[in-house]
Amino acid sequence: MTNNWRTIALNGLWHSNPALVQLLGLCPLLAVSNSLVNGLGMGLATMAVLMSSNLIIALTRRWIPSEIRIPVFVLLIASLVSCVELLMQAFTPGLYLNLGIFVALIVTNCIIIGRAEAFASKNPVVDGVVDGLMMGGGFAIVLTLLGALRELIGQGTLFDGAALLFGPIASNWTLHIGAGGEHFLLAILAPGAFIGLGLLVALKNAIDAGLKARAQPVAVAKPVRARVTTVSGGSEGEREPA
Amino acid sequence: MLRSAGRNGLLLTLFAIATTGLIALTHQFTKERIANAKRAQQYASLTRLLPAGSYDNDLAASCVRLAADPRLGPGEHQAFIARKEQLTSAIAMQVTAPDGYSGTIELLVAIDHDGVLTGVDVLNHRETPGLGDKIERRRSNWLDSFVGRRLERDPDPRFAVRKDGGDFDQFTGATITPRAVVGAVANALRYHAEQAPLLANRQPDCGDQR
Repeated sequence: MTNNWRTIALNGLWHSNPALVQLLGLCPLLAVSNSLVNGLGMGLATMAVLMSSNLIIALTRRWIPSEIRIPVFVLLIASLVSCVELLMQAFTPGLYLNLGIFVALIVTNCIIIGRAEAFASKNPVVDGVVDGLMMGGGFAIVLTLLGALRELIGQGTLFDGAALLFGPIASNWTLHIGAGGEHFLLAILAPGAFIGLGLLVALKNAIDAGLKARAQPVAVAKPVRARVTTVSGGSEGEREPA
Repeated sequence: MLRSAGRNGLLLTLFAIATTGLIALTHQFTKERIANAKRAQQYASLTRLLPAGSYDNDLAASCVRLAADPRLGPGEHQAFIARKEQLTSAIAMQVTAPDGYSGTIELLVAIDHDGVLTGVDVLNHRETPGLGDKIERRRSNWLDSFVGRRLERDPDPRFAVRKDGGDFDQFTGATITPRAVVGAVANALRYHAEQAPLLANRQPDCGDQR
């Protein structure tokens, strides 16, 4: 059981990370990652929707005939997003104004219906929730990282506007790095989002390649044959049919 | 086959009812907080723009709807009438600058009974972060340069950004945004000069209901 959760966690956070490997949900990912707080807020909202949709779908999976499962998923996800939107308007109105239309657009994020179809509808309830937590967490971490990167390079700050998410106590959390007043505008605008995400994907691939290269020479004697087996075995094991 | 279709239809209906119920419950639970948050935001703006002590009425309850007018810009707008001892001391109105760098800029402009600006606030905008967003109060004090200004004559050549020969600073790399805001404020002053007496006598028809 714990081993199973470990696999789910590794998949969500690393091997099939929704943002870095599956490249799903790029629209909100690129649009609202212009600051750390915006990224984190969007990531948490997506995670909340993903966890609750996985929970409900895993709970009701025995009663949903496969012919009507897609409309049921759509109905459920749409209403969960509406609820999250209302809750954000009530409890974090400033952040809601910052994120604008992208909160409502969580409904179109493929990762949510993707996990409903590929995982939650075929697995026990607890596993479904853990999967939602890990997949949502993987998405939120990348979103926050990209937001921090863009805010730092583009604006020279971190945690700008933290009060919107954490309340008035956070009003002086903003860190100013560097001389200030020097803005690298490209990082804040749309191209910065694409370049930043590209760099993060490259970094992830480089780390994977590094790990593989370190593991390989020790494991097998014949390099040529070893590469063939690891390529086919490795990639099939890691990826899930989406 | 007909039976399974009926069963599926029933299940879908049940799901639709359940999920709609979920939204309705959340709405019930959050309705008041959302209204409060909106009101608080508007009230914070109003109290910032109108000098304390210049009014003794309930601003939120003094809201009047404004009929569409090209000087107010696109969209719907409201005005809040500040009164002291029954006399109108100032009017705060929502206006929209139609010509921002990326879309419209929504402003709240407060003008006292002499036609002098007591303050301008940006309610909503989508200007470029790092350049045009210096119109936000938390990023620079540019908005304060409006306080105490009025239209000396019409057109007033000094009521423009420096690049156009006026008195208001533009930002490095962003002229369009401040130009749009200055233009919208000037239009608000013109509207005020003509409509203020009419507005002051209107019955409130919005505000706390929203």
